[in-house]
Amino acid sequence: MKYLDEYRDTEAARKLTAAIARTVTRPWTIMEICGGQTHSIVRYGIDQLLPPGIELVHGPGCPVCVTALEMIDRAHAIAARPEVIFCSFGDMLRVPGSRGDMLQLRSQGSDVRVVYSPLDAVNLAAARPDRQVVFFAIGFETTAPANAMAVWLARQRRLTNFSVLVSHVLVPPAITAILQAPGNRVQGFLGPGHVCTVMGYTEYEPIALHYHVPVVITGFEPIDLLDGVLRAVRQLEDGRAEVENQYGRAVRREGNAASRRLIEDVFEVCDRKWRGVGLIPKSGYRLRSEYRDHDAERRFDVDDLETEESSVCISGEVLKGMKKPHDCPAFGTQCTPQTPLGATMVSAEGACAAYYAYGRRLGASPVPAAPPLVQVGGGR
Amino acid sequence: MPQSFGPAVIRSLGILEEGPMCLAIPGKVTETYRQHDLLMGKVDFGGIAKRVCLEHVPEVRIGDYVLVHVGFALSTIDEDEARRVFEVLDGMNQLDELRVPSP
Repeated sequence: MKYLDEYRDTEAARKLTAAIARTVTRPWTIMEICGGQTHSIVRYGIDQLLPPGIELVHGPGCPVCVTALEMIDRAHAIAARPEVIFCSFGDMLRVPGSRGDMLQLRSQGSDVRVVYSPLDAVNLAAARPDRQVVFFAIGFETTAPANAMAVWLARQRRLTNFSVLVSHVLVPPAITAILQAPGNRVQGFLGPGHVCTVMGYTEYEPIALHYHVPVVITGFEPIDLLDGVLRAVRQLEDGRAEVENQYGRAVRREGNAASRRLIEDVFEVCDRKWRGVGLIPKSGYRLRSEYRDHDAERRFDVDDLETEESSVCISGEVLKGMKKPHDCPAFGTQCTPQTPLGATMVSAEGACAAYYAYGRRLGASPVPAAPPLVQVGGGR
Repeated sequence: MPQSFGPAVIRSLGILEEGPMCLAIPGKVTETYRQHDLLMGKVDFGGIAKRVCLEHVPEVRIGDYVLVHVGFALSTIDEDEARRVFEVLDGMNQLDELRVPSP
């Protein structure tokens, strides 16, 4: 097994789709939490394979999209300093802040670099002791072990010129916020598979119980997603609300113990503001005081910035699953991946960018969507 | 040996260039070594080799598949579990055949 093509098999997809159709007796609304799942769903047209009553709504699980505008503006202020080499994941560079994006900053002479891994930023700090290297540590729990390791390693290697601007977010408090929101329509969740490789899924058990919603921890390939929907629909039809693990090949109930220990050592839980959504209590990580020497917010005084958000953009409602991208008047006209008004149009995981990329534009001629699901076996 | 997915697919997913944030992708461990007191390794993603931190999957052996996110291995991939979904599907198929009325 290579763990990729097998999960894009047309025949397996057909069987699962048929099983879902046989199981459903009434409409259900299911939210996939993670932006990576949204991307796969739109890319492969998974939502269009489902019976008409099953609606998939897209959740807030795109870290690039939910990073607060204040934080983006802070990143800009730090990156603009002449002594700084600012390192970030690629998606972040195009996210609009109050005063443009980071690519513009780079064109004005700032040293802004894309790194594949936070550990690359640590190595850069070792190689450039004459400069301040700052890494923009954003992400959900999935990214927390790598980001925590970068901070831990920098301390271990006594790299006093390495710091991180932390804007970490957590999934379970976001799910709770969605369930508590007035007018919530979500009846079941596809849980975030990669988050759970790190954290396990015990945190979701009280949520499933308390709100009586099924949570199916689900992978990212077409077969995973269809299997996740089938399991969620079965639970809903049976009136069950359990945490179920569809992604057993990567997720264990307790997650990765070493990663959880390191996260606990480096980070502590804090309240966090989500772009488009607002403040969610206890929904983020910040550095523990033991690591304050590596905290970019302490090192560089960048508070009291005035923020300015687009007045047209509805990304907040899109992130909360209240609206779909094409409900926005700016979608595909004023707002495109080339000129994004909101972060959901920037990241490959943002619902708006995914809808745009795969031709879900009202009135637009249908773009051939996903590459066909590959057939497993037979001469390969 | 056919590859599970090629560089073009990786590029189209934007995994290496843009690094979508919650995506983690499976790759095969081809080498392990220690650096700065951490277990590191080379991981092959359908033809592209990357250096990956393996510190949190200490049980990993060369030839194993690991799930990698931003240069960091989050877990090893369990082959038995990976087969399970297909075994269930095969079972489903047999049920289907039982339902089909004989001609």
